[in-house]
Amino acid sequence: MDIRDLLSRPWPWYLAGPLIGLMVPLLLIFGNKMFGMSSTLRQICAACFPGRIAFFHYDWKKEKWNLVLAAGIVLGGVLGGIVFRNPEPVRISAATVADLQAAGINSQLGLHPVEIFSFGALLTLRGFIFVVVGGFLVGFGTRYAGGCTSGHSIMGMSNLQWPSLVATCCFFAGGLLMTWVLLPGLLRL
Amino acid sequence: MYLRYLLLGTGFGFVLTKAEAISWFRIQEMFRFQSFHMYGMIMSAMLVGIVSIQLIKRFKVRTLSGDPITIPPKQFHWGYVIGGVIFGLGWALAGACPGPLYALTGSGVWVMAIALAAAVFGTWVYGWLRDKLPH
Repeated sequence: MDIRDLLSRPWPWYLAGPLIGLMVPLLLIFGNKMFGMSSTLRQICAACFPGRIAFFHYDWKKEKWNLVLAAGIVLGGVLGGIVFRNPEPVRISAATVADLQAAGINSQLGLHPVEIFSFGALLTLRGFIFVVVGGFLVGFGTRYAGGCTSGHSIMGMSNLQWPSLVATCCFFAGGLLMTWVLLPGLLRL
Repeated sequence: MYLRYLLLGTGFGFVLTKAEAISWFRIQEMFRFQSFHMYGMIMSAMLVGIVSIQLIKRFKVRTLSGDPITIPPKQFHWGYVIGGVIFGLGWALAGACPGPLYALTGSGVWVMAIALAAAVFGTWVYGWLRDKLPH
């Protein structure tokens, strides 16, 4: 098998998970940095439009490394999603495929369903809710919660912090509430 | 100086994309309890993180520039609960958390740049309302 083939195929969790976990010690050893990506959203606010909001008047330049990390993630997305793109549909379980088909999501090609996540769909109520309202809730909620999946579920949990366990449970509670209660109606819009 | 963070970010973004951790389909599959994929990934990442931090503490590992490593504890407030649920709702809707929003923007799901902008706006609104919100 050639290298391009290997880089284009999706990776199993037991390869990706430990590599993601290595972010914690690597950032600590690189410069005593805490892993946490939602902080970059606050830095962008502080750098671009702080207004008169005290929360955005802090020394964000000291955290520039995190914005550089975020730029790297975009680059990694280009490599993984375009240069070494997986030409196959995402291999989710048959049960999920059936559930989504019942809701009108028929193709698993690409990382996000094209029926909802495209510029054309953005002008529909459904597309607007999934992309714009979804993104808004992610930005609002993570800052309110003082962290996201990386800052709490990986970094905080790695340091055995019980508040991060509470936060992680609440992330899941919100996700389950959306998936099981609200999503069926929203997918039908 | 910053190059190491750029390279680390690139590696992280690549792994996230290859593992489909940034895919809406995978997030749905996780919240529907229909596959072990995401759970295995998150739990093995935690395990590596826990062992690493224990080793760093045990052997008093220092940073590359020789400084001691100190990790500030998390201070609980009710925002962890309220904000956590709000983030969870958005996570299942957009199929992405902040790290993946960056990766998705690069990976060709271009519309997620709008979701990223909406997330920045959400953070801004939090900062604006912060004093009025229960914590």
